[in-house]
Amino acid sequence: MDLRDSPAEAEFRTRLRAWIAANNPGLPVSSTDDEYWARQAEWHTALYDAGFFGLSWPSRFGGHDLPSVFDVILDDELAVAGAPPRPSLGYLVQGIARHASQSIQERFLPGLISGRERWCQGFSEPDAGSDLAALRTTATRDGDEFVINGHKIWTSYSDVADWCFLLARTDPSVAKHKGLSAFAVPMRQPGIEQRPLRMINGITTEFGQVLFDGARVPAENMIGEPGEGWRVAMTIVSHEREPGELGYVARYAKMVKDLEQTVRADPGAFGSEQREAVAWAYVQAEMLRLHVCRRLSERLERVDHGPGGSIDKLLMTWVEQAVGAAALAVAGPRAVIDTNDVGLKIYLYSRAQSVMGGTSQIQKNIIATRILGLPAA
Amino acid sequence: MDARDTPEQAELRRTARQLARELGPRTVADLDDRKRSQRLAEAVRDAGWLELRHDAGDGAPLASGVEAAIIADALGEAVADVAFAGPVLAADLARRAGARPGDGAGVAFAPDLIDAAVVFGPATTTPIHAIDCATGSPTQAYILVPEGAGYRLACVQVDAASDGADLTRMLRSLPAGAPVVAVPDQSRLLTRADLDSWATLGLALTSADLIGLMRGVLELSVAYAKDRRQYGVAIGSFQAVQHLLAEAHCLIEGAFSVALHASWAVDDRAPDEARAAGRVAKAYCARAARTVCETAVQVHGGMGNTWECIVHVYLRRALLSSRWFGDDGEQLRQLERTRLGAPHGPA
Repeated sequence: MDLRDSPAEAEFRTRLRAWIAANNPGLPVSSTDDEYWARQAEWHTALYDAGFFGLSWPSRFGGHDLPSVFDVILDDELAVAGAPPRPSLGYLVQGIARHASQSIQERFLPGLISGRERWCQGFSEPDAGSDLAALRTTATRDGDEFVINGHKIWTSYSDVADWCFLLARTDPSVAKHKGLSAFAVPMRQPGIEQRPLRMINGITTEFGQVLFDGARVPAENMIGEPGEGWRVAMTIVSHEREPGELGYVARYAKMVKDLEQTVRADPGAFGSEQREAVAWAYVQAEMLRLHVCRRLSERLERVDHGPGGSIDKLLMTWVEQAVGAAALAVAGPRAVIDTNDVGLKIYLYSRAQSVMGGTSQIQKNIIATRILGLPAA
Repeated sequence: MDARDTPEQAELRRTARQLARELGPRTVADLDDRKRSQRLAEAVRDAGWLELRHDAGDGAPLASGVEAAIIADALGEAVADVAFAGPVLAADLARRAGARPGDGAGVAFAPDLIDAAVVFGPATTTPIHAIDCATGSPTQAYILVPEGAGYRLACVQVDAASDGADLTRMLRSLPAGAPVVAVPDQSRLLTRADLDSWATLGLALTSADLIGLMRGVLELSVAYAKDRRQYGVAIGSFQAVQHLLAEAHCLIEGAFSVALHASWAVDDRAPDEARAAGRVAKAYCARAARTVCETAVQVHGGMGNTWECIVHVYLRRALLSSRWFGDDGEQLRQLERTRLGAPHGPA
C-alpha cells in the first residue's frame, strides 16, 4: 500500500484546493437546514463546470476517466475546507450504466452527471419499505407509452426533480420480484402530485411523497429489459449504501470539525463525557475516510456490485449516529431549550440513517446470509 | 494513492497466515504441546520475521510497519503462541538507540502498560512488566535509564514464567528491586520523539493483532452457528444470532481499514501524524475487539464459557493487546488533548 499522492494526484489536489478556497459556498450542514437543499443544485453545477465532479466516470458522458481514488482526494479537500460534500448520485449512474441501453445512457447520463437535469428515485411506497418487491405502483402499456398509477414515499429531492428513476409493476401475473420494470419518468407533467414530507428535525425540502395518477412515460424510457426492474433496483441500492459513492466522508468531517471548533473555543465549558463523544465521533469519521479509501482503491481493479455495500452502509450509519450523539452532547441543555438548535437537528436527522437506503436490520440479514453464508431464516 | 497490498505484501500475508494456521493452537489443550509451540517459534525465527525492524545499514528498518503488521495480524488470527510484537518492538528500540539487536528479547513496561518502564538507579524501585518476550528460557527485557535530555537503554533479567491473562504470550511482572544491567555500545540517546515514534509502531502492531484476533474468532463463531442445532435448526438461521455476527463482521472491516492506515503511517508520515493515526486505529480496534470477542463467547453459548472452548483464548489475548500501549479510553483522552485543547482552559 502507498497512500501518498502520485504527481498527477498531487497536481489535481493543488488545483482543487485553490478552486474550493475561491468557490466554497459555505452552505449549512445538509441535515440541518432547508437552505442546503435549496442551493445544492447550484453547488453541483459549479463543481461540475470547474471539472471536479464525475471524476471516475466516462468522458463521453461528461466524466473525466480518472482512477477511482481521485474521489478520495475530492472528499479530503472538501472536508479540509468545510465545503459541502459532492452530490450523491453515483448510485443512479451505476444503475443506468450497468443496465440501460446505449441510447438511454447517452440520453440521460450527461444531464445527470452535469446537474443540468435533476433526478429523484421512486422506489419505496407506504406499504413497500423493507419489502420493496411488494410495491404496488403499476406501469401499464398504452401504445408507445406506459401509464403510471401509484404512490411513492421518502423520495429525496422529488420537488425539484426533472426525472424520476421509477420502479413499477409491469406484470402482475408473475412472482413479485419478476414483474417489475424501471423507467425514467418525466416529473413535470399532469398526473403527478407532490406532497412534501417533514422530517423529525423539521426540514421539509429533502423528502417528498409523489402521487402518480395516470402519468405517462414513453416506452423507450424503460431502463433495462421488461421484468429486469428488481435487478436494476438491487444494483442501485447496493451502491446507494456505499459512502464512497455518496461522498458522505466530507459531510461527517465537516460536522466533526464544527463540533471540535465549538469545544476548542471554550474547553472549560465541556465535561469529560462531551469531550469523549466528540473524540469518538472523530475516530468514527476517520474510520470511514480510510475505509472509503480502501474501497475506492479496490475499484482500481473492478467495480463490485455485490452485497459489500451493506457492510459500508452499517459502518456509515454508526458514524452518522456517533456524530449525532456528539452533537447532542455538545449542545447540552440548548438542545431542549431551543428547537432550532443545530446539534438537536443533526442528532434527530442521524436517526434516519439506520432506515434510509435499507434498514440496519435488512443490511444485517444480507451480510449474514450472502457474505457469512448463514442459512436463511 | 492505493490502499491495496502490493504483490509482495499479499504474498507475505498468504505465507504468514498459512504458517500461523499450520503451527498455531487449534484447541486449548494444544497450548500445552511444547513440541508444536517450539516448531512455531523456530518457523517465525527462520522466516526472519523477528528481524524486520533491525537496522538496514542506513539507520532505517529492514521492513516497514506494514509488513510487521501483516505478520502480527496473521499470528493474532491463529492465536499463535509465539513472541513477535515483543521482540520486534525491542529490536526497533535498539535500532533507534544505535545499539546491536538482541540484548533485549522484549521491553519492560510501566504498570499502566502504556509506556516503556523507566529506572533511575542500579535497581528498579516500582513494579514493571515484561511483555511478549520469548518464553522457554531466562532472557532480558529493555528498560529506559534517563540521561541528559534523553534515555539510554539498559536491561533487566526476566525468568521464563508468565503471570498474565493472555495464555498465548508471556507477561512477567517483576517487583521493585530488579537489578539493572548496562547495554553496551549505544551510539545515541533515545529522544522523546524516538519514543513517540516507537510507540506508534506499538499502536500499529497491537491494532493489527486485534484485527487478526477478531477475524479468527468470528470465523470460529460463524462455523459454530452453522453447526450447532437447537429447535431442530442451525442457530445461525436465527436473525438474533445472524445480526450479532453480521455486526461483528462490519466492525472488523472498519477496523481493518484504520489499522492498515496506521501501519503505513509508522514509516511514511510525520511522527505527529503517525501517532494520531495509531491512536485512531487503536481506539477503534480496541472497542471493536471487545464487542467481537464478547459476541463470540455469546454465540458459543454455554460451551463458550468453559475453559476448554478456545474462544476465551482470543478474548484474553484481546484484553492484553487492547491495554498494551493504551486502550480505547486512553487513546481518546490523548486525541481530546491534542484536538480539543486542555479540559480546563488553554494550557
